[in-house]
Amino acid sequence: MTLNGLSVFYGENLAVRDVSFGVAANRITAIIGPSGCGKSTVLRSLNRMNDLIDGCRVIGDVAYRGIDIYAPDVEAVEVRRRIGMVFQRPTPFPKSIYQNVVYGLKLAGIHDARDDRVEHALRQAALWDEVSGRLDSSALGLSGGQQQRLCIARALAVEPDVLLMDEPCSALDPIATARIEDLMAELSERLTIVIVTHNLAQAARASHDTAFLTTEVDDHGNRTGVLVEVAPTDRLFAHPIDERTEQYITGRFG
Amino acid sequence: MTDTALLPKPSTQPGFGPVLEPSQRTDVRAKTVSAGRRRTDKVATIALWCAVLAAVVPLGAVITVLVAKGFGVVNWHFLTSDIPSVTGQTTAACRDITPAFRAKYGINCSPPAPGMGPAIVGTLISTGLAAALAIPIGILGAVYCNEIGVRTRLASAIRFFADVMIGVPSIVMGMFIYTAWVVRFGTNGRSAFAAALALACLMLPIVLRSAEEMLRLVPDELRHANLALGGRPSQGVIRVVLPAALPGLISGSLLAVARAAGETAPVLFTIGVTLSLNTSPFGENTTLAQQIFSGAKSGLPLANQLAWGAAFTLVAIVFGLSALARFVASRSSKVQKG
Ligand SMILES: Nc1ncnc2c1ncn2[C@@H]1O[C@H](COP(=O)(O)OP(=O)(O)OP(=O)(O)O)[C@@H](O)[C@H]1O
Ligand SMILES: [Mg+2]
Repeated sequence: MTLNGLSVFYGENLAVRDVSFGVAANRITAIIGPSGCGKSTVLRSLNRMNDLIDGCRVIGDVAYRGIDIYAPDVEAVEVRRRIGMVFQRPTPFPKSIYQNVVYGLKLAGIHDARDDRVEHALRQAALWDEVSGRLDSSALGLSGGQQQRLCIARALAVEPDVLLMDEPCSALDPIATARIEDLMAELSERLTIVIVTHNLAQAARASHDTAFLTTEVDDHGNRTGVLVEVAPTDRLFAHPIDERTEQYITGRFG
Repeated sequence: MTDTALLPKPSTQPGFGPVLEPSQRTDVRAKTVSAGRRRTDKVATIALWCAVLAAVVPLGAVITVLVAKGFGVVNWHFLTSDIPSVTGQTTAACRDITPAFRAKYGINCSPPAPGMGPAIVGTLISTGLAAALAIPIGILGAVYCNEIGVRTRLASAIRFFADVMIGVPSIVMGMFIYTAWVVRFGTNGRSAFAAALALACLMLPIVLRSAEEMLRLVPDELRHANLALGGRPSQGVIRVVLPAALPGLISGSLLAVARAAGETAPVLFTIGVTLSLNTSPFGENTTLAQQIFSGAKSGLPLANQLAWGAAFTLVAIVFGLSALARFVASRSSKVQKG
């Protein structure tokens, strides 16, 4: 995917300005930056989830396999079929665990091997062992971390081509986090992953490329997110070019 | 922990007094809530209990009287038999004629027993039809207002008219259906179906507004999750939003049904009157509320008995419906919450 001159407004407020970078296929791209700099905003514009926010306007283009997803002849639903998303907070449906995972399959009209697909998705999300005995009980009875893994399983079940993850591990313990990171590595053979994370170590460990965003404050006190630097993760962490990147990754961000 | 030497020093922040005195800071038994606040708390608690009593006492009184006067009347015969046409004394002449004469000319001199069967059936038919009309339309309207056309003019117009309709007196609904429907068909126009139309007009805004509130309670995150999985908004409404709101939708609809079942005014014009069973939605019919009205108006003891029996039956039906709805709602929310 390629972002070209992406700016996002919330009403009059410019939240993100002129972000351009490429997301390489079958690689894991991490988006890092201080809170409020627009990471979620950029991520949401990659599968048109911003369409749902009132007053949100996107300028510039986001090309997915060469096609602008904001073009008039592209339907948002079709974009999201291929570019799945896991949110910052877990959002299980008030249904059973099984019904949650099978949900996307039902939408896509897939009937064959549903049970196997559900099991596979749950295994991938490191949740199978914990829930295999109670697939028919409510998803709301799971812990926060289990709910988040359920949401990951739910997104994986429909086998998206790109998976967007907004701090998927913020509610998980280190073991589950490590499992998710392994999973991402496995998955990246088949799909492209963009992950927003607050955890620099996670970005350094688990991603191939990293984009660093930060907030700029103008004379009127308006805060706008801008892209500072994007590079292969090793390079970005070892030899940041921009001073602001260096300050952020060494923990001296002011 | 009573050793004062271990107590922390008072806060030394510049310009602030300590929030808790040092002696209180580590002793959870110390009372730090002011006497005034405690008193307010007590007074408010007592006031609330009084309010509860004020609400429960009249309710209890109503139920007691209802059971005392109505329960004895209700039996299988009452529930299934036709409504007696003669509610006064049976003719004095009966004393003077022989049983053989009565049998020969088919004169019935046994005192009429109370029966309410036709009114029970009429209530169920008219309210059931009204529910079948109003609940789907109301819920669809709410879905439009809250899911499809949220900020459209049409949605705010629907909301506005629903609010106005809630305020319209029920007798006006009866008159409306009377002029718009009943008079077109002459005397044949009076029927359970006509009454159902009037009751549906009454129920519709209640169902719509309560359903909209219930849909609004469903968090947007669930709608977004549907979209992120490649779902269409309509799929989200059907598969996620409506199931999540179901318990609330059921109780809101039931409130409207209970309200309609007890309505008299809109029924008076529109249903006509009958004393014998009519299981068809067409043709004149009668309801429990209507029978309570006519039975209570009359000073005759049997008529009054009929009215109490009908009142008891009506409350029992509404109560049974609420219990059923609660059961269904708790079943469906159990599936959701585990
Ligand atoms: N729905 C919205 N309506 C209006 N403004 C918004 C909305 N969502 C985000 N913003 C604004 O856009 C800016 C970027 O927000 P965003 O959520 O993208 O930040 P973030 O980098 O994801 O932060 P965090 O790391 O805390 O999740 C913030 O200033 C925020 O106030
Ligand atoms: Mg965020």
